[in-house]
Amino acid sequence: MKVRVNGRAVEVPEGAMVSAAVALAGEAAFRRSVTGEARGPLCGMGICFECRVTVDGRAQVRSCQTPCRDGMEVRTDG
Amino acid sequence: MDEFGVVVAGAGPAGLAAARAAAECGAAVAVVDDNPAPGGQIWRGQAVELPRAKVICGARVVAAPAAGRLTLETYDAAFEVGYRALVLATGARERFLPFPGWTLPHVAGAGGLQALVKSGTPIVGKRVVVAGSGPLLVAVADCLRQNGAQVALVAEQADGAAVRRFALALARHPGKLVQAARLRARVRYMTGCWPVAAEPGAVTLRRGGRTWTERCDYLACGFGLVPNTELATLVAGGAEVDELQQTRVAGVYAAGEVTGIGGLELSQVEGEIAGYAAAGRSERARRLFGRRARYARFAQDLERAFQLREELKALATDDTMVCRCEDVRMGRLRPYGGWREAKLQTRCGMGACQGRVCGGALEFVLGWRLESVRPPVFPARVGTLAISPKGLGGEM
Repeated sequence: MKVRVNGRAVEVPEGAMVSAAVALAGEAAFRRSVTGEARGPLCGMGICFECRVTVDGRAQVRSCQTPCRDGMEVRTDG
Repeated sequence: MDEFGVVVAGAGPAGLAAARAAAECGAAVAVVDDNPAPGGQIWRGQAVELPRAKVICGARVVAAPAAGRLTLETYDAAFEVGYRALVLATGARERFLPFPGWTLPHVAGAGGLQALVKSGTPIVGKRVVVAGSGPLLVAVADCLRQNGAQVALVAEQADGAAVRRFALALARHPGKLVQAARLRARVRYMTGCWPVAAEPGAVTLRRGGRTWTERCDYLACGFGLVPNTELATLVAGGAEVDELQQTRVAGVYAAGEVTGIGGLELSQVEGEIAGYAAAGRSERARRLFGRRARYARFAQDLERAFQLREELKALATDDTMVCRCEDVRMGRLRPYGGWREAKLQTRCGMGACQGRVCGGALEFVLGWRLESVRPPVFPARVGTLAISPKGLGGEM
């Protein structure tokens, strides 16, 4: 399965979440906080909202609970 | 709207046990979970069998618009389900404590990093420090190591004597003992040790009078667990239960970690009791009371052994971020006496996570308790809210 993260193609294993694709793309910062700090996933289970990214044009998607789909376009705000 | 005899919120150990018990009694059962597959955190990524129940995964309960109804939201849809009985098995989250640097991207929860790795985040060859408190740290270190990480050390804040007493008490729970014994030989486990600051690519730890810095690609850090009571508070005014696991609202049950942190076996037996009771078979539920009482002792041992030490309250400096959603630092919160004032003046706890992260932190550090919950219990799309025109519930 292939997804694109910030325009870069990444091969992801079957069953991987979008959070894994972002990490595989080498991005540590998933989003910017309201005062501009770089943030990455904290809870891994949909509680903390720190792993939010844009998926296929939809903003504020929790990457840790969203399965990768072939051809997905992911954008971080890091 | 789909109607079920029993709806179970949460597909972890308690929820699955409840669903199986209720289905076995012939009830029409649905299990709802916001993760893409059933199993909860502990069985994440493992195949889970649940015959005779409808499994609705990738769906988050966001509101309870009326008695007997829940509003659910998925990635691209929203709908309601109806129930005659409801079992709340919403589990727990990690307690995070603020310390300088804890918002850096290489700092994750302990269970948090484990969940991310189970979901495909690459860990092979990465150097990880696992820190915080509780038996979860040991399980996490074990899992990370099996997945190819180099676990530099496990830093447990509790004192060695307390942890040793706990280990002895574990003899009553053989499954847990085996896991602890298997790990101890392979990973450096330090008691009375805790993180005081994180810097990019490193963590500074303290033990006794010594303070030193460990290089790490990830710091996996969690200080025990906090029940996910938001939905229970919305639907039933809290997760307190009677002997049949029923909340103060008739027909609404709660089971597992949401009712108090007690571990896998207690969650399962509570779930089973709730499932039988929800299906109207309380005589079968009663046969399980003895088992539940035995496992409840583990919960007491756990709480006693891993009490958080006072020093941890002083880790956050005035400059340390507390509310990660609204970027509110500790110094801004100190003048206030409690949540109400702090929310009004600083927006602390009013961001996307609705206080789920800073709530557990401030409960310990300042003694503030978040009591009220307003729907939606998770941020929801406007379209989702529109499907329940008479409101979102929770006006109690």
